[in-house]
Amino acid sequence: MPQSELAVSIHHLVKSYHRGGQVVPVLSDITLDIAAGEFVALMGPSGSGKSTLLNLIAGIDRPDSGELRVCGTDIMALNEAELADWRAGHVGFIFQFYNLMPVLTAFENVELPLLLTGLGARDRRERVGVALNMVGLSDRVDHYPSELSGGQQQRVAIARAIITDPEILVADEPTGDLDRVSAEDILGLMERMNQELGKTIIMVTHDPHAAQRARLLKHLDKGVLVD
Amino acid sequence: MIRAIPFSYTLRNLWTRRLTTLLTAGGMALVVFVFAAVQMLDTGLRQSLIATGQPDNVHVTRRGAGAEISSIVERAQAAVVETQPEIAIGAGGLGLVSKEVVVLITLPKRDSGVATNVTARGVGTAGFALRPQLRVLEGRAFQPGASEVMIGASIARRFDGAAVGSQLRFGGREWQVVGHFEAKGSAYDSEVWADAEQLQQAFRRNAWSSVVARLVDPALLPALKARLEGDPRLTLDVKSEREFFEEQSKALSNFISYLGLTLSVIFSVGAMIGAAITMYAAVATRTAEIGTLRALGFRRSSILAGFLLEAVLLGLVGGICGVALASLMQFIQISTLNWQSFSELAFSFTLTPRIVATSLLFAVLMGLVGGFLPAVRAARLGIVDALRAA
Repeated sequence: MPQSELAVSIHHLVKSYHRGGQVVPVLSDITLDIAAGEFVALMGPSGSGKSTLLNLIAGIDRPDSGELRVCGTDIMALNEAELADWRAGHVGFIFQFYNLMPVLTAFENVELPLLLTGLGARDRRERVGVALNMVGLSDRVDHYPSELSGGQQQRVAIARAIITDPEILVADEPTGDLDRVSAEDILGLMERMNQELGKTIIMVTHDPHAAQRARLLKHLDKGVLVD
Repeated sequence: MIRAIPFSYTLRNLWTRRLTTLLTAGGMALVVFVFAAVQMLDTGLRQSLIATGQPDNVHVTRRGAGAEISSIVERAQAAVVETQPEIAIGAGGLGLVSKEVVVLITLPKRDSGVATNVTARGVGTAGFALRPQLRVLEGRAFQPGASEVMIGASIARRFDGAAVGSQLRFGGREWQVVGHFEAKGSAYDSEVWADAEQLQQAFRRNAWSSVVARLVDPALLPALKARLEGDPRLTLDVKSEREFFEEQSKALSNFISYLGLTLSVIFSVGAMIGAAITMYAAVATRTAEIGTLRALGFRRSSILAGFLLEAVLLGLVGGICGVALASLMQFIQISTLNWQSFSELAFSFTLTPRIVATSLLFAVLMGLVGGFLPAVRAARLGIVDALRAA
């Protein structure tokens, strides 16, 4: 596959943590290509390194060695500030516990990433409106996270993740805190983002039901890809 | 590009934990209150003393003499001063000049009976014209050439034997008390006045303590000052009466402001530690939010600025409360002893725009210093570690 069609290109990636003077290997020699527009589920037992791999791809953690290109950028070469700007433009985040700002309304939470762009207030308002409409929360614009159900909060988080139109969405256990019905709802929404908007989605989960919705399954065990 | 964390986020976080915000700001408010009140006291003291001096009066004393008590102006020197062209001419074609002698006498205090130093001032005939604020409360002014005195209101109140018609003994003779006067709470209120020549003879002085004169125009002071102070025969200090009185208040004013500043600085350490604890707690409870903001693309500097702004706002709330509290002090009047003139001084707390500005600046600075380390900690959090706190 040519490089240009790859959303993620990983070669011999190594990552370990230093805990109490000891070096704990987390990922050893990972090589993985993910095509643009793919919907990948990363599975594996606790401590297998799946979240770490996701964090590296999302540019919020740094590998020890290897190659890591995301959306065509060698993100290992970026400094701290450049990486922050890169994340703002290329990656949307969906977290297990939604991670909304409790003091901001649904509208303001979705607007947050747009504050990092040069967009004016009117354009921002318009785009937030569209995004909230897309996730079916047009009537919850002025609600605070505490006034929303878990499923609704996660939908706000998805709207926030897509608001800057990033190429990649990373989701760490997006249904881990939701009941069956809300989980289905969120997975359906993510499928739509993948199919209708062409977003590359990389999702960490240990729920086999959720993993089924992905088009590609990758298993990690003890820091190694096993299939 | 602006990458600031939204102001509403900062503001609402302060509002969400409003009890903590209020308590922390309250601590700062008390410090700002002390800081502002002391400055108000100092300003009030100085304003009342400066107001005592007449703007167009000039005060001449021996060079380097801090007070009139320790000043000697020779008769020949006084004669030179008297004939300067800047000095106004009064009724009768004589210069508006009062050559004065100032001595200390002892009078028993009414409440304790303890003999206490009181300033006695011998004034020339123009002495009254030069102090238009002076008003006879009871009796009459002394007669030139007679052993008569009139007594300031503050002394009349606090000392025995000062009633009109009674006799005072000092300088080896008896003096008849012929009147009481009042001079708008100025230093003169705490003096005993007599005829200058009589007082000079009684105390066997052959020189004056000071020369007070009216200027034709206050703008002429620099010229007069330059000529007299530059004359090698004279060794005199020439000051406007306002400046003279301001210097009279220096010791008390310095004491108040140094004490106040020291107290404020010591208290502010406590308030800053309070602010730091509050901000550390805010960082700890919002660790996951900080991680999320960083993941979304906000830089470390944005996080630093956001938390600093929060601390500054905290300080500002404290500052506004403190100044508001201090402004209530304007209704209180203070009366105390000025060590330099030995006179009782009445003055009030005076709030000026400058005090408001410095107090708010002080509060903001406290917030900034208190919030600095917590903000640095927030900015230095690793994204992955911070997100794990969710």
